[in-house]
Amino acid sequence: MVDLSIDVAGLRLKNPIMPASGTFSEELAEVFDIECLGAHVTKTITADLRDGNPTPRVCEVGGSMLNSIGIPSKGVAAFLDKVVPFYRAYETPLVVSISGNTADDFARLCSEVTVEGVAAIEVNISCPNIEEDGKAFAIRPSSTYDVMRKLRQATHLPLWAKLTPNTGETPEVARAAQEGGADALVVANTLLAMAIDIRSRRPKLGNLMGGLSGPSLKPIALRMAYQCAKSTTIPVIGCGGISTAEDVIEFLIAGASAVQVGTATFINPTAMVTIIAELERYLEREKLASVRDLIGTVIDEEQKEGVVFMEAAP
Amino acid sequence: MTNALTKPASAIGGRAEPVVFERELTVLANDPVNGEYMRLVLEAPRGLLELCRAGQFFNLLCPALGGETPYLRRPMSIYGFYPDKGELHFLYKVTGAGTRALARLREGDALNVMGPLGQGFRIDDDWQRLVLVARGVGLATLAPLALEANRLGRHLTAICSARHPDVLMSIDYFRELGATIVPVTDTEGTSSIAHLETLIEEMIAGEGVDAFYTCGSNRLLTLLQTIGKRHGIPGEIALEQQMACGLGMCHCCVRPFRKGQKTVQLRVCREGPVFDIQEAMPW
Repeated sequence: MVDLSIDVAGLRLKNPIMPASGTFSEELAEVFDIECLGAHVTKTITADLRDGNPTPRVCEVGGSMLNSIGIPSKGVAAFLDKVVPFYRAYETPLVVSISGNTADDFARLCSEVTVEGVAAIEVNISCPNIEEDGKAFAIRPSSTYDVMRKLRQATHLPLWAKLTPNTGETPEVARAAQEGGADALVVANTLLAMAIDIRSRRPKLGNLMGGLSGPSLKPIALRMAYQCAKSTTIPVIGCGGISTAEDVIEFLIAGASAVQVGTATFINPTAMVTIIAELERYLEREKLASVRDLIGTVIDEEQKEGVVFMEAAP
Repeated sequence: MTNALTKPASAIGGRAEPVVFERELTVLANDPVNGEYMRLVLEAPRGLLELCRAGQFFNLLCPALGGETPYLRRPMSIYGFYPDKGELHFLYKVTGAGTRALARLREGDALNVMGPLGQGFRIDDDWQRLVLVARGVGLATLAPLALEANRLGRHLTAICSARHPDVLMSIDYFRELGATIVPVTDTEGTSSIAHLETLIEEMIAGEGVDAFYTCGSNRLLTLLQTIGKRHGIPGEIALEQQMACGLGMCHCCVRPFRKGQKTVQLRVCREGPVFDIQEAMPW
Protein backbone atom coordinates (compact mmCIF):
# COMPACT_ATOMS: atom_id res chain seq x y z
CA MET A 1 0.00 0.00 0.00
CA VAL A 2 1.63 3.23 -1.13
CA ASP A 3 1.17 6.56 0.61
CA LEU A 4 -0.23 9.27 -1.67
CA SER A 5 -0.71 11.85 1.08
CA ILE A 6 1.21 15.10 1.11
CA ASP A 7 1.49 18.16 3.29
CA VAL A 8 1.05 21.64 1.82
CA ALA A 9 1.98 24.27 4.39
CA GLY A 10 0.38 22.41 7.30
CA LEU A 11 -2.61 21.19 5.30
CA ARG A 12 -2.73 17.41 4.92
CA LEU A 13 -4.04 16.27 1.53
CA LYS A 14 -4.89 12.60 0.91
CA ASN A 15 -3.25 12.83 -2.49
CA PRO A 16 -1.48 15.55 -4.51
CA ILE A 17 -4.20 15.87 -7.19
CA MET A 18 -6.60 18.80 -7.12
CA PRO A 19 -8.50 20.81 -9.73
CA ALA A 20 -7.23 24.13 -11.08
CA SER A 21 -9.45 27.08 -10.29
CA GLY A 22 -11.98 27.79 -13.05
CA THR A 23 -12.10 24.20 -14.28
CA PHE A 24 -14.04 22.79 -11.35
CA SER A 25 -17.37 23.39 -9.65
CA GLU A 26 -20.21 21.57 -7.91
CA GLU A 27 -21.36 20.30 -11.32
CA LEU A 28 -18.41 17.89 -11.56
CA ALA A 29 -19.93 15.97 -8.63
CA GLU A 30 -22.57 14.88 -11.14
CA VAL A 31 -19.88 12.94 -13.01
CA PHE A 32 -17.87 11.28 -10.18
CA ASP A 33 -17.50 11.29 -6.40
CA ILE A 34 -15.28 14.33 -5.86
CA GLU A 35 -14.35 13.07 -2.38
CA CYS A 36 -11.47 11.23 -4.08
CA LEU A 37 -9.60 14.48 -4.79
CA GLY A 38 -6.75 15.89 -2.70
CA ALA A 39 -8.52 19.26 -2.42
CA HIS A 40 -11.44 21.17 -3.92
CA VAL A 41 -10.50 24.51 -5.49
CA THR A 42 -13.31 26.90 -6.38
CA LYS A 43 -13.56 29.24 -9.36
CA THR A 44 -12.15 32.67 -8.55
CA ILE A 45 -14.63 35.08 -7.01
CA THR A 46 -14.44 38.84 -6.64
CA ALA A 47 -16.29 41.08 -4.19
CA ASP A 48 -18.05 42.92 -7.01
CA LEU A 49 -20.72 41.44 -9.26
CA ARG A 50 -19.26 40.82 -12.68
CA ASP A 51 -20.85 39.61 -15.92
CA GLY A 52 -17.56 38.50 -17.43
CA ASN A 53 -16.20 39.07 -20.92
CA PRO A 54 -17.98 39.10 -24.30
CA THR A 55 -18.31 35.86 -26.28
CA PRO A 56 -16.71 33.93 -27.88
CA ARG A 57 -14.89 33.16 -24.66
CA VAL A 58 -13.10 30.06 -25.87
CA CYS A 59 -11.32 28.66 -28.91
CA GLU A 60 -8.90 25.84 -29.52
CA VAL A 61 -5.37 26.27 -30.81
CA GLY A 62 -3.28 23.29 -31.89
CA GLY A 63 -4.14 20.83 -29.14
CA SER A 64 -4.61 23.46 -26.44
CA MET A 65 -7.15 26.15 -25.66
CA LEU A 66 -7.48 29.90 -25.29
CA ASN A 67 -10.03 31.39 -22.93
CA SER A 68 -11.11 34.81 -21.87
CA ILE A 69 -13.91 34.35 -19.36
CA GLY A 70 -13.31 37.51 -17.35
CA ILE A 71 -14.09 36.10 -13.89
CA PRO A 72 -17.89 36.41 -13.80
CA SER A 73 -18.82 36.65 -10.12
CA LYS A 74 -22.06 36.61 -8.17
CA GLY A 75 -20.31 38.24 -5.24
CA VAL A 76 -19.19 37.02 -1.85
CA ALA A 77 -22.63 36.69 -0.20
CA ALA A 78 -23.91 34.27 -2.84
CA PHE A 79 -20.66 32.36 -2.59
CA LEU A 80 -20.86 31.99 1.20
CA ASP A 81 -24.58 31.07 1.07
CA LYS A 82 -24.48 28.55 -1.76
CA VAL A 83 -21.01 27.33 -2.64
CA VAL A 84 -19.25 26.89 0.71
CA PRO A 85 -22.15 24.87 2.26
CA PHE A 86 -22.14 22.48 -0.73
CA TYR A 87 -18.57 21.41 0.04
CA ARG A 88 -19.24 20.90 3.77
CA ALA A 89 -20.65 17.49 2.83
CA TYR A 90 -17.11 16.44 1.89
CA GLU A 91 -14.06 15.82 4.07
CA THR A 92 -11.77 16.99 1.27
CA PRO A 93 -10.27 20.39 2.16
CA LEU A 94 -11.88 23.37 0.43
CA VAL A 95 -9.57 25.96 -1.13
CA VAL A 96 -11.28 29.21 -2.08
CA SER A 97 -9.85 31.23 -4.96
CA ILE A 98 -10.24 35.00 -4.73
CA SER A 99 -9.18 38.06 -6.66
CA GLY A 100 -9.41 41.83 -6.35
CA ASN A 101 -8.82 44.95 -8.40
CA THR A 102 -6.90 46.70 -5.63
CA ALA A 103 -4.82 45.39 -2.74
CA ASP A 104 -7.37 46.71 -0.21
CA ASP A 105 -10.40 45.15 -2.02
CA PHE A 106 -8.45 41.93 -2.24
CA ALA A 107 -7.63 41.92 1.48
CA ARG A 108 -11.23 42.71 2.48
CA LEU A 109 -12.48 39.75 0.43
CA CYS A 110 -9.74 37.57 1.93
CA SER A 111 -11.05 38.39 5.38
CA GLU A 112 -14.68 37.78 4.31
CA VAL A 113 -13.99 34.28 3.02
CA THR A 114 -12.10 33.29 6.17
CA VAL A 115 -15.00 31.19 7.41
CA GLU A 116 -15.58 27.73 8.79
CA GLY A 117 -15.33 25.13 6.07
CA VAL A 118 -12.54 26.91 4.17
CA ALA A 119 -9.14 25.24 4.62
CA ALA A 120 -6.96 27.59 2.56
CA ILE A 121 -7.26 30.64 0.34
CA GLU A 122 -5.77 30.70 -3.13
CA VAL A 123 -5.07 34.31 -4.03
CA ASN A 124 -5.18 34.84 -7.77
CA ILE A 125 -2.60 37.63 -7.97
CA SER A 126 -2.32 37.04 -11.72
CA CYS A 127 -5.23 39.44 -12.27
CA PRO A 128 -4.80 43.10 -13.26
CA ASN A 129 -4.05 45.63 -10.54
CA ILE A 130 -6.14 48.62 -11.64
CA GLU A 131 -4.49 51.01 -9.17
CA GLU A 132 -1.18 50.78 -10.89
CA ASP A 133 -1.03 50.30 -14.64
CA GLY A 134 -3.45 47.41 -15.05
CA LYS A 135 -0.61 44.91 -15.02
CA ALA A 136 -1.04 41.78 -12.90
CA PHE A 137 0.16 42.01 -9.29
CA ALA A 138 2.40 38.99 -9.87
CA ILE A 139 4.24 40.47 -12.85
CA ARG A 140 6.59 42.37 -10.56
CA PRO A 141 8.21 41.51 -7.21
CA SER A 142 7.26 44.85 -5.60
CA SER A 143 3.51 44.67 -6.33
CA THR A 144 3.54 40.98 -5.40
CA TYR A 145 5.11 41.76 -2.02
CA ASP A 146 2.72 44.67 -1.32
CA VAL A 147 -0.48 42.74 -2.05
CA MET A 148 0.72 39.64 -0.18
CA ARG A 149 1.49 41.73 2.91
CA LYS A 150 -2.08 43.04 2.99
CA LEU A 151 -3.55 39.60 2.34
CA ARG A 152 -1.40 38.09 5.08
CA GLN A 153 -2.86 40.53 7.60
CA ALA A 154 -6.41 39.67 6.50
CA THR A 155 -6.50 35.97 7.36
CA HIS A 156 -5.02 33.27 9.57
CA LEU A 157 -5.72 30.62 6.90
CA PRO A 158 -2.95 29.28 4.66
CA LEU A 159 -2.43 31.58 1.67
CA TRP A 160 -1.59 30.04 -1.69
CA ALA A 161 -0.36 32.67 -4.15
CA LYS A 162 -1.22 31.87 -7.78
CA LEU A 163 1.54 33.26 -9.97
CA THR A 164 1.44 34.29 -13.61
CA PRO A 165 3.66 33.11 -16.45
CA ASN A 166 3.39 36.62 -17.91
CA THR A 167 6.50 37.81 -16.09
CA GLY A 168 10.20 37.90 -16.78
CA GLU A 169 11.04 37.73 -13.09
CA THR A 170 9.78 34.35 -11.91
CA PRO A 171 12.30 33.69 -9.07
CA GLU A 172 12.10 37.28 -7.81
CA VAL A 173 8.28 37.25 -7.80
CA ALA A 174 8.27 33.86 -6.05
CA ARG A 175 10.60 35.15 -3.33
CA ALA A 176 8.54 38.33 -2.97
CA ALA A 177 5.39 36.24 -2.49
CA GLN A 178 7.07 34.20 0.24
CA GLU A 179 8.46 37.30 1.95
CA GLY A 180 5.03 38.93 1.76
CA GLY A 181 3.49 35.99 3.61
CA ALA A 182 2.50 33.29 1.09
CA ASP A 183 2.41 29.78 2.56
CA ALA A 184 2.52 28.09 -0.85
CA LEU A 185 2.80 29.01 -4.53
CA VAL A 186 0.52 27.82 -7.32
CA VAL A 187 2.59 27.85 -10.51
CA ALA A 188 1.04 29.00 -12.72
CA ASN A 189 -1.96 30.69 -14.31
CA THR A 190 -2.56 30.90 -18.10
CA LEU A 191 -0.22 32.59 -20.57
CA LEU A 192 -1.48 35.64 -22.47
CA ALA A 193 -2.08 34.61 -26.07
CA MET A 194 -4.08 35.38 -29.22
CA ALA A 195 -5.68 33.71 -32.23
CA ILE A 196 -7.15 35.25 -35.40
CA ASP A 197 -9.62 33.73 -37.86
CA ILE A 198 -7.86 34.28 -41.20
CA ARG A 199 -11.12 34.27 -43.17
CA SER A 200 -12.94 36.93 -41.16
CA ARG A 201 -9.66 38.53 -39.96
CA ARG A 202 -11.26 38.87 -36.55
CA PRO A 203 -9.69 37.73 -33.27
CA LYS A 204 -11.16 34.38 -32.29
CA LEU A 205 -11.95 35.62 -28.77
CA GLY A 206 -14.48 38.35 -28.03
CA ASN A 207 -11.99 39.96 -25.66
CA LEU A 208 -9.20 40.08 -28.30
CA MET A 209 -6.72 38.09 -26.20
CA GLY A 210 -6.96 35.30 -23.68
CA GLY A 211 -5.10 32.78 -21.60
CA LEU A 212 -3.42 29.73 -23.12
CA SER A 213 -3.89 26.47 -21.25
CA GLY A 214 -3.53 22.78 -22.02
CA PRO A 215 -0.56 20.63 -23.08
CA SER A 216 1.32 23.41 -24.88
CA LEU A 217 1.59 25.36 -21.61
CA LYS A 218 3.10 22.45 -19.69
CA PRO A 219 6.83 22.94 -20.38
CA ILE A 220 6.53 26.61 -19.44
CA ALA A 221 4.71 25.86 -16.19
CA LEU A 222 7.18 23.08 -15.40
CA ARG A 223 10.14 25.43 -15.88
CA MET A 224 8.48 27.95 -13.57
CA ALA A 225 7.59 25.37 -10.94
CA TYR A 226 11.21 24.22 -10.94
CA GLN A 227 12.49 27.79 -10.59
CA CYS A 228 10.01 28.58 -7.80
CA ALA A 229 10.96 25.43 -5.88
CA LYS A 230 14.64 26.39 -6.24
CA SER A 231 14.17 30.00 -5.19
CA THR A 232 11.84 29.63 -2.18
CA THR A 233 11.39 27.37 0.83
CA ILE A 234 7.58 27.10 0.64
CA PRO A 235 5.65 24.33 -1.16
CA VAL A 236 4.99 24.71 -4.87
CA ILE A 237 1.78 23.44 -6.45
CA GLY A 238 2.32 22.79 -10.15
CA CYS A 239 -0.35 23.86 -12.63
CA GLY A 240 -0.33 24.08 -16.42
CA GLY A 241 -1.20 21.50 -19.04
CA ILE A 242 -1.14 18.51 -16.67
CA SER A 243 -3.17 15.72 -18.30
CA THR A 244 -1.58 12.41 -17.24
CA ALA A 245 0.08 10.73 -14.26
CA GLU A 246 3.40 11.10 -16.13
CA ASP A 247 2.88 14.87 -16.20
CA VAL A 248 2.24 14.84 -12.44
CA ILE A 249 5.39 12.79 -11.77
CA GLU A 250 7.40 15.23 -13.88
CA PHE A 251 6.16 18.19 -11.81
CA LEU A 252 6.87 16.37 -8.52
CA ILE A 253 10.40 15.54 -9.65
CA ALA A 254 10.86 19.21 -10.61
CA GLY A 255 10.04 20.18 -7.02
CA ALA A 256 6.26 20.56 -6.83
CA SER A 257 4.56 19.08 -3.74
CA ALA A 258 1.17 18.80 -5.43
CA VAL A 259 -0.48 19.64 -8.74
CA GLN A 260 -3.63 21.13 -10.16
CA VAL A 261 -5.36 19.62 -13.18
CA GLY A 262 -7.32 22.10 -15.29
CA THR A 263 -8.08 21.96 -19.00
CA ALA A 264 -7.63 18.15 -19.07
CA THR A 265 -10.90 17.88 -17.13
CA PHE A 266 -12.72 19.60 -20.03
CA ILE A 267 -11.47 16.89 -22.38
CA ASN A 268 -11.90 13.97 -19.97
CA PRO A 269 -14.14 14.87 -17.04
CA THR A 270 -12.73 11.94 -15.05
CA ALA A 271 -9.08 12.82 -15.84
CA MET A 272 -8.24 13.43 -12.15
CA VAL A 273 -9.70 10.06 -11.10
CA THR A 274 -7.59 8.30 -13.74
CA ILE A 275 -4.46 10.24 -12.74
CA ILE A 276 -4.81 9.31 -9.04
CA ALA A 277 -5.17 5.60 -9.91
CA GLU A 278 -2.22 5.66 -12.30
CA LEU A 279 -0.03 7.58 -9.87
CA GLU A 280 -0.68 4.89 -7.28
CA ARG A 281 0.21 2.14 -9.78
CA TYR A 282 3.40 3.97 -10.73
CA LEU A 283 4.56 4.16 -7.10
CA GLU A 284 3.84 0.45 -6.61
CA ARG A 285 5.71 -0.41 -9.79
CA GLU A 286 8.68 1.74 -8.80
CA LYS A 287 8.55 0.37 -5.23
CA LEU A 288 8.27 3.84 -3.74
CA ALA A 289 6.58 3.91 -0.33
CA SER A 290 5.38 7.50 -0.60
CA VAL A 291 4.65 10.03 -3.31
CA ARG A 292 6.74 12.40 -1.19
CA ASP A 293 9.82 10.41 -2.21
CA LEU A 294 9.51 11.94 -5.68
CA ILE A 295 9.40 15.61 -4.72
CA GLY A 296 12.39 17.62 -5.90
CA THR A 297 14.40 14.60 -7.02
CA VAL A 298 15.42 16.11 -10.33
CA ILE A 299 19.05 15.33 -11.13
CA ASP A 300 20.21 18.76 -12.25
CA GLU A 301 23.81 18.43 -11.01
CA GLU A 302 25.44 21.59 -9.75
CA GLN A 303 24.01 24.15 -12.10
CA LYS A 304 25.00 27.79 -11.78
CA GLU A 305 22.30 30.09 -10.40
CA GLY A 306 22.36 32.00 -13.64
CA VAL A 307 21.30 28.84 -15.45
CA VAL A 308 18.63 27.73 -12.94
CA PHE A 309 16.97 31.14 -12.87
CA MET A 310 17.43 32.17 -16.48
CA GLU A 311 14.60 34.19 -17.97
CA ALA A 312 15.64 33.95 -21.60
CA ALA A 313 15.90 30.91 -23.81
CA PRO A 314 19.59 30.15 -24.24
CA MET B 1 -39.40 27.92 -14.12
CA THR B 2 -39.56 24.31 -13.04
CA ASN B 3 -39.25 21.72 -15.69
CA ALA B 4 -40.84 18.33 -15.33
CA LEU B 5 -38.40 16.85 -17.81
CA THR B 6 -35.14 18.05 -16.28
CA LYS B 7 -32.78 16.15 -14.07
CA PRO B 8 -32.41 17.18 -10.43
CA ALA B 9 -29.94 19.98 -9.70
CA SER B 10 -27.00 19.35 -7.41
CA ALA B 11 -28.21 19.00 -3.86
CA ILE B 12 -27.01 21.82 -1.64
CA GLY B 13 -25.63 20.57 1.64
CA GLY B 14 -25.68 16.97 0.48
CA ARG B 15 -23.58 14.98 -1.91
CA ALA B 16 -24.57 15.05 -5.54
CA GLU B 17 -25.11 11.70 -7.24
CA PRO B 18 -23.58 11.02 -10.63
CA VAL B 19 -26.18 11.78 -13.33
CA VAL B 20 -23.79 12.55 -16.18
CA PHE B 21 -21.72 9.78 -17.71
CA GLU B 22 -18.56 9.56 -19.79
CA ARG B 23 -18.79 6.41 -21.93
CA GLU B 24 -17.07 4.76 -24.89
CA LEU B 25 -19.92 3.84 -27.24
CA THR B 26 -19.74 1.68 -30.34
CA VAL B 27 -20.68 3.09 -33.74
CA LEU B 28 -23.51 1.13 -35.39
CA ALA B 29 -23.82 3.37 -38.44
CA ASN B 30 -22.56 6.72 -39.71
CA ASP B 31 -24.14 7.53 -43.07
CA PRO B 32 -25.05 10.54 -45.19
CA VAL B 33 -28.71 11.55 -44.88
CA ASN B 34 -28.66 13.89 -47.84
CA GLY B 35 -26.00 15.98 -49.51
CA GLU B 36 -25.16 17.94 -46.40
CA TYR B 37 -25.91 15.91 -43.30
CA MET B 38 -24.69 12.72 -41.64
CA ARG B 39 -26.51 10.53 -39.15
CA LEU B 40 -24.45 8.83 -36.46
CA VAL B 41 -26.00 5.85 -34.66
CA LEU B 42 -24.32 4.67 -31.45
CA GLU B 43 -25.02 1.57 -29.41
CA ALA B 44 -25.80 2.80 -25.89
CA PRO B 45 -26.81 1.15 -22.61
CA ARG B 46 -30.48 1.34 -21.67
CA GLY B 47 -29.69 3.06 -18.35
CA LEU B 48 -27.97 5.94 -20.14
CA LEU B 49 -30.77 6.32 -22.70
CA GLU B 50 -33.43 6.36 -20.01
CA LEU B 51 -31.75 9.44 -18.52
CA CYS B 52 -32.00 11.34 -21.83
CA ARG B 53 -34.60 14.04 -22.44
CA ALA B 54 -35.62 15.74 -25.69
CA GLY B 55 -33.55 18.92 -26.10
CA GLN B 56 -30.53 17.69 -24.13
CA PHE B 57 -27.09 17.22 -25.66
CA PHE B 58 -23.90 15.19 -25.39
CA ASN B 59 -20.33 16.50 -25.46
CA LEU B 60 -18.47 14.33 -27.98
CA LEU B 61 -14.75 13.62 -27.92
CA CYS B 62 -14.16 13.67 -31.67
CA PRO B 63 -11.45 11.20 -32.69
CA ALA B 64 -8.12 12.13 -34.27
CA LEU B 65 -8.87 10.70 -37.72
CA GLY B 66 -7.94 11.71 -41.24
CA GLY B 67 -5.23 14.11 -40.07
CA GLU B 68 -7.69 16.08 -37.95
CA THR B 69 -6.73 16.77 -34.32
CA PRO B 70 -9.81 18.25 -32.67
CA TYR B 71 -9.01 19.10 -29.04
CA LEU B 72 -12.06 20.28 -27.12
CA ARG B 73 -15.21 18.19 -27.03
CA ARG B 74 -18.00 19.14 -29.45
CA PRO B 75 -21.50 19.62 -28.06
CA MET B 76 -24.20 17.97 -30.17
CA SER B 77 -27.93 17.86 -29.51
CA ILE B 78 -29.59 14.45 -29.31
CA TYR B 79 -31.36 13.58 -32.57
CA GLY B 80 -32.98 10.43 -31.24
CA PHE B 81 -32.75 8.14 -28.21
CA TYR B 82 -34.32 4.69 -28.07
CA PRO B 83 -33.97 2.80 -24.76
CA ASP B 84 -35.73 -0.26 -26.24
CA LYS B 85 -33.40 -0.50 -29.26
CA GLY B 86 -30.34 0.62 -27.29
CA GLU B 87 -29.56 3.41 -29.76
CA LEU B 88 -28.44 7.03 -29.49
CA HIS B 89 -28.62 9.13 -32.69
CA PHE B 90 -26.94 12.38 -33.73
CA LEU B 91 -27.43 14.38 -36.91
CA TYR B 92 -24.60 16.69 -38.01
CA LYS B 93 -23.32 18.77 -40.86
CA VAL B 94 -19.62 18.47 -41.70
CA THR B 95 -18.23 21.96 -41.12
CA GLY B 96 -14.93 21.82 -39.21
CA ALA B 97 -12.16 19.65 -37.82
CA GLY B 98 -14.44 17.97 -35.26
CA THR B 99 -17.21 16.98 -37.65
CA ARG B 100 -14.73 16.03 -40.40
CA ALA B 101 -13.18 13.59 -37.92
CA LEU B 102 -16.63 12.35 -36.83
CA ALA B 103 -17.56 11.70 -40.47
CA ARG B 104 -14.68 9.19 -40.71
CA LEU B 105 -16.08 6.94 -37.98
CA ARG B 106 -17.09 3.50 -39.25
CA GLU B 107 -19.25 0.72 -37.87
CA GLY B 108 -17.51 -0.89 -34.90
CA ASP B 109 -15.38 2.16 -34.03
CA ALA B 110 -15.59 3.62 -30.52
CA LEU B 111 -16.63 7.18 -29.67
CA ASN B 112 -16.25 8.74 -26.22
CA VAL B 113 -19.37 10.69 -25.25
CA MET B 114 -20.33 12.62 -22.11
CA GLY B 115 -23.93 13.26 -21.16
CA PRO B 116 -26.82 13.64 -21.15
CA LEU B 117 -26.31 17.35 -20.47
CA GLY B 118 -28.43 20.45 -20.04
CA GLN B 119 -32.13 21.16 -19.65
CA GLY B 120 -34.53 19.61 -22.15
CA PHE B 121 -37.80 20.87 -23.57
CA ARG B 122 -40.66 21.57 -21.23
CA ILE B 123 -44.09 20.19 -22.17
CA ASP B 124 -46.59 21.21 -19.52
CA ASP B 125 -49.54 18.91 -18.79
CA ASP B 126 -52.06 21.31 -20.33
CA TRP B 127 -50.05 21.95 -23.50
CA GLN B 128 -51.98 19.77 -25.95
CA ARG B 129 -51.33 21.48 -29.28
CA LEU B 130 -47.64 22.09 -29.91
CA VAL B 131 -46.14 23.94 -32.86
CA LEU B 132 -42.48 23.74 -33.81
CA VAL B 133 -40.93 26.07 -36.35
CA ALA B 134 -37.40 25.39 -37.50
CA ARG B 135 -35.05 25.59 -40.40
CA GLY B 136 -32.13 23.50 -41.67
CA VAL B 137 -30.19 21.56 -39.06
CA GLY B 138 -32.37 23.18 -36.39
CA LEU B 139 -34.93 20.55 -37.31
CA ALA B 140 -32.50 17.94 -35.92
CA THR B 141 -32.49 19.61 -32.53
CA LEU B 142 -36.29 19.67 -32.52
CA ALA B 143 -36.71 16.11 -33.80
CA PRO B 144 -36.70 14.50 -30.31
CA LEU B 145 -39.50 16.88 -29.36
CA ALA B 146 -41.66 15.03 -31.87
CA LEU B 147 -40.70 11.78 -30.19
CA GLU B 148 -41.60 13.19 -26.77
CA ALA B 149 -44.91 14.70 -28.01
CA ASN B 150 -45.76 11.32 -29.48
CA ARG B 151 -44.98 9.54 -26.20
CA LEU B 152 -47.10 12.02 -24.27
CA GLY B 153 -49.96 11.86 -26.79
CA ARG B 154 -49.81 15.56 -27.73
CA HIS B 155 -50.56 16.93 -31.15
CA LEU B 156 -47.55 18.42 -32.92
CA THR B 157 -47.48 20.60 -36.00
CA ALA B 158 -44.01 20.95 -37.52
CA ILE B 159 -43.40 23.94 -39.77
CA CYS B 160 -40.24 22.85 -41.59
CA SER B 161 -38.30 25.49 -43.48
CA ALA B 162 -35.48 25.02 -46.00
CA ARG B 163 -33.92 26.53 -49.11
CA HIS B 164 -35.62 24.02 -51.39
CA PRO B 165 -37.72 20.86 -50.95
CA ASP B 166 -34.74 18.49 -51.53
CA VAL B 167 -32.95 19.55 -48.36
CA LEU B 168 -35.96 19.52 -46.06
CA MET B 169 -34.81 17.59 -43.05
CA SER B 170 -36.57 15.10 -40.83
CA ILE B 171 -39.96 15.40 -42.54
CA ASP B 172 -40.47 11.65 -42.76
CA TYR B 173 -39.35 11.30 -39.18
CA PHE B 174 -41.90 13.87 -37.98
CA ARG B 175 -44.62 12.29 -40.12
CA GLU B 176 -43.98 8.79 -38.73
CA LEU B 177 -44.45 10.21 -35.26
CA GLY B 178 -47.88 11.51 -36.15
CA ALA B 179 -46.96 15.16 -36.55
CA THR B 180 -48.74 17.41 -39.04
CA ILE B 181 -46.12 18.70 -41.48
CA VAL B 182 -46.18 22.16 -43.02
CA PRO B 183 -43.21 22.43 -45.41
CA VAL B 184 -42.11 25.90 -46.47
CA THR B 185 -39.22 26.62 -48.84
CA ASP B 186 -37.37 29.58 -50.33
CA THR B 187 -37.68 28.26 -53.88
CA GLU B 188 -41.45 27.98 -53.57
CA GLY B 189 -41.62 31.42 -51.91
CA THR B 190 -43.44 30.07 -48.87
CA SER B 191 -40.74 30.56 -46.19
CA SER B 192 -41.00 34.33 -45.73
CA ILE B 193 -41.67 35.63 -42.24
CA ALA B 194 -44.87 37.33 -43.44
CA HIS B 195 -46.18 34.03 -44.81
CA LEU B 196 -45.19 32.15 -41.63
CA GLU B 197 -47.01 34.74 -39.54
CA THR B 198 -50.18 34.24 -41.60
CA LEU B 199 -49.89 30.45 -41.29
CA ILE B 200 -49.44 30.55 -37.51
CA GLU B 201 -52.24 33.09 -37.00
CA GLU B 202 -54.53 30.73 -38.94
CA MET B 203 -53.56 27.86 -36.62
CA ILE B 204 -54.24 29.97 -33.52
CA ALA B 205 -57.64 31.07 -34.93
CA GLY B 206 -58.43 27.46 -35.89
CA GLU B 207 -57.76 24.70 -33.39
CA GLY B 208 -55.46 26.82 -31.26
CA VAL B 209 -51.80 26.62 -30.18
CA ASP B 210 -50.65 25.92 -26.59
CA ALA B 211 -46.88 26.29 -27.04
CA PHE B 212 -44.20 27.13 -29.61
CA TYR B 213 -40.76 25.59 -30.04
CA THR B 214 -37.91 26.81 -32.20
CA CYS B 215 -34.14 27.07 -32.45
CA GLY B 216 -31.30 28.70 -34.26
CA SER B 217 -32.90 31.55 -36.21
CA ASN B 218 -33.10 35.17 -35.15
CA ARG B 219 -36.01 35.88 -37.49
CA LEU B 220 -38.04 32.94 -36.20
CA LEU B 221 -37.28 33.91 -32.60
CA THR B 222 -38.50 37.46 -33.14
CA LEU B 223 -41.62 36.28 -34.96
CA LEU B 224 -42.58 33.77 -32.27
CA GLN B 225 -41.90 36.29 -29.49
CA THR B 226 -44.26 38.74 -31.19
CA ILE B 227 -47.02 36.20 -31.82
CA GLY B 228 -46.53 34.66 -28.36
CA LYS B 229 -46.93 38.05 -26.67
CA ARG B 230 -49.93 38.94 -28.82
CA HIS B 231 -51.82 35.80 -27.79
CA GLY B 232 -50.21 34.91 -24.46
CA ILE B 233 -48.80 31.65 -25.83
CA PRO B 234 -45.62 30.34 -24.13
CA GLY B 235 -42.69 28.91 -25.99
CA GLU B 236 -39.16 27.60 -25.82
CA ILE B 237 -36.02 28.01 -27.88
CA ALA B 238 -32.93 25.79 -28.10
CA LEU B 239 -29.74 27.85 -28.43
CA GLU B 240 -26.09 27.24 -29.25
CA GLN B 241 -22.80 28.73 -28.14
CA GLN B 242 -19.12 27.73 -28.24
CA MET B 243 -18.52 25.46 -25.26
CA ALA B 244 -15.61 23.89 -23.47
CA CYS B 245 -16.60 21.77 -20.45
CA GLY B 246 -20.31 21.26 -21.22
CA LEU B 247 -21.03 20.88 -17.51
CA GLY B 248 -21.23 24.50 -16.34
CA MET B 249 -17.77 24.81 -14.82
CA CYS B 250 -15.98 27.07 -17.30
CA HIS B 251 -18.62 29.74 -18.08
CA CYS B 252 -17.50 29.87 -21.73
CA CYS B 253 -20.94 29.37 -23.27
CA VAL B 254 -22.99 32.23 -21.83
CA ARG B 255 -25.65 34.23 -23.69
CA PRO B 256 -27.69 37.23 -22.51
CA PHE B 257 -31.31 36.76 -21.38
CA ARG B 258 -34.04 39.13 -20.20
CA LYS B 259 -35.15 38.45 -16.62
CA GLY B 260 -37.70 41.14 -15.75
CA GLN B 261 -35.91 44.49 -16.14
CA LYS B 262 -32.46 42.94 -16.02
CA THR B 263 -30.21 41.27 -18.58
CA VAL B 264 -28.46 38.23 -17.18
CA GLN B 265 -25.77 35.97 -18.61
CA LEU B 266 -26.81 32.32 -18.53
CA ARG B 267 -24.82 29.23 -19.45
CA VAL B 268 -26.19 27.51 -22.56
CA CYS B 269 -24.81 24.16 -21.34
CA ARG B 270 -26.35 24.36 -17.88
CA GLU B 271 -29.37 26.66 -17.70
CA GLY B 272 -30.02 25.70 -21.35
CA PRO B 273 -29.69 24.75 -24.11
CA VAL B 274 -33.50 25.17 -24.01
CA PHE B 275 -34.73 28.54 -22.75
CA ASP B 276 -37.99 30.46 -22.37
CA ILE B 277 -38.65 32.08 -25.73
CA GLN B 278 -39.57 35.48 -24.23
CA GLU B 279 -36.36 35.63 -22.20
CA ALA B 280 -34.11 34.88 -25.19
CA MET B 281 -32.53 37.89 -26.89
CA PRO B 282 -32.03 38.25 -30.65
CA TRP B 283 -28.36 38.20 -31.65
